[in-house]
Amino acid sequence: MKRSKMMELGVGLFMLAGILGLVFLGLRVSGMTLQPPGDSFRLEANFANIGSLKPRARVTMAGVTVGRVSAIELDTDWYDARVMLELDGDLEGKLSRDTTAAILTAGLLGEQYIGLSVGGDPETLANGDTLRDTQSAIVLEELIQQFVSNMVSD
Amino acid sequence: MIARIMGLGRRGCDLLESLGRAGIFVAQSAVGVPSREGWHLWLRQMHFVGVLSLAIVLVSGLFIGMVLALQGYTLLVDFGAEQALGQMVALSLLRELAPVVAALLFAGRAGSALTAEIGLMKATEQLSSMEMIGVDPLRRVVAPRLWAGFVALPLLTIGFSVVGIYGGYLVGVEWLGVFEGSYWGNMQASVEFVGDIGNGMVKSLVFAVVVTWIAVFQGYDLVPTSEGISRATTRTVVYSSLAVLGLDFVLTAVMFGGLS
Repeated sequence: MKRSKMMELGVGLFMLAGILGLVFLGLRVSGMTLQPPGDSFRLEANFANIGSLKPRARVTMAGVTVGRVSAIELDTDWYDARVMLELDGDLEGKLSRDTTAAILTAGLLGEQYIGLSVGGDPETLANGDTLRDTQSAIVLEELIQQFVSNMVSD
Repeated sequence: MIARIMGLGRRGCDLLESLGRAGIFVAQSAVGVPSREGWHLWLRQMHFVGVLSLAIVLVSGLFIGMVLALQGYTLLVDFGAEQALGQMVALSLLRELAPVVAALLFAGRAGSALTAEIGLMKATEQLSSMEMIGVDPLRRVVAPRLWAGFVALPLLTIGFSVVGIYGGYLVGVEWLGVFEGSYWGNMQASVEFVGDIGNGMVKSLVFAVVVTWIAVFQGYDLVPTSEGISRATTRTVVYSSLAVLGLDFVLTAVMFGGLS
């Protein structure tokens, strides 16, 4: 009887460890958060070229992550890329109307992310507004082409 | 010439017959109302195939995570991209290595033991005696082992991934000096819960079904001699390893290969 109880305890601990492991994978490895993503602040931004920006990329402000890219689609009115941003709810009503967005690269070959910088307009952006003043991704091939053609013309 | 074609046909029929037997066998034993007695039998098998396999699986996971970090670091540091180490370790473990290596270890550690145990029961005519006294050996012997395998391997795979990622952390961050924030941060930015962890779990569940099924069926279907038991044990390990590796390619192609 005692042996059976020990066995039950062992199996119970094993299954518990498995479930805890799954929770660890969810929270620590895939970066899920437990609180519901209720209070978020959505903005849109149109870019002429997004390079290799992907959904779930970071949105930063002064280097601090303040949100993520939720979706990217083609805007058929202007034939440019419309990027949906999901920012922390705290920022609602704190970003000036002339905030600019730029697509930046972490390191030389790293992932691409969006950097926001505020302007000086006293009016602020509301939920669902569109950022007009944007700077496209730097495409390495274009830079090299420019550099080479400058060299040739010199 | 005609005799050869006939031989081929006979082999094909044998193969189909044994596949059919295996299918009926697993369907008959896996269904059925669990009783209080069945729960205890399941618990005992769970202890044997799950808890006692934990040590080998966790130690292998730790070493595989460590060697992944070491190899990945020497490769990535040439491109100045050693921040991507965490993402590389986590993705290769969750998507491929944890399900496959845990299933191979499980086939060697638990599958062969299941085959030998059931095979010896058959050779000593314990299974026939059970039938004589009105106990269904499928329900009594086979079903608890099948269900224990189905549950234990996914749990072992989770343990393998967790320990492997920690091993990668030990080597990458503590030893080679990758920045801790970028190890976890890049990992969290690139690993998706459903897409990576969920698909890894699906893989592991498929492997659990295949490996346990092969092990138990080989034990139940062997020639009841000492040579037959040794052959069946070997077959269990060989067939399970081949099935795991082959199925892994198919599952990877379906899940991550852009075939959608």
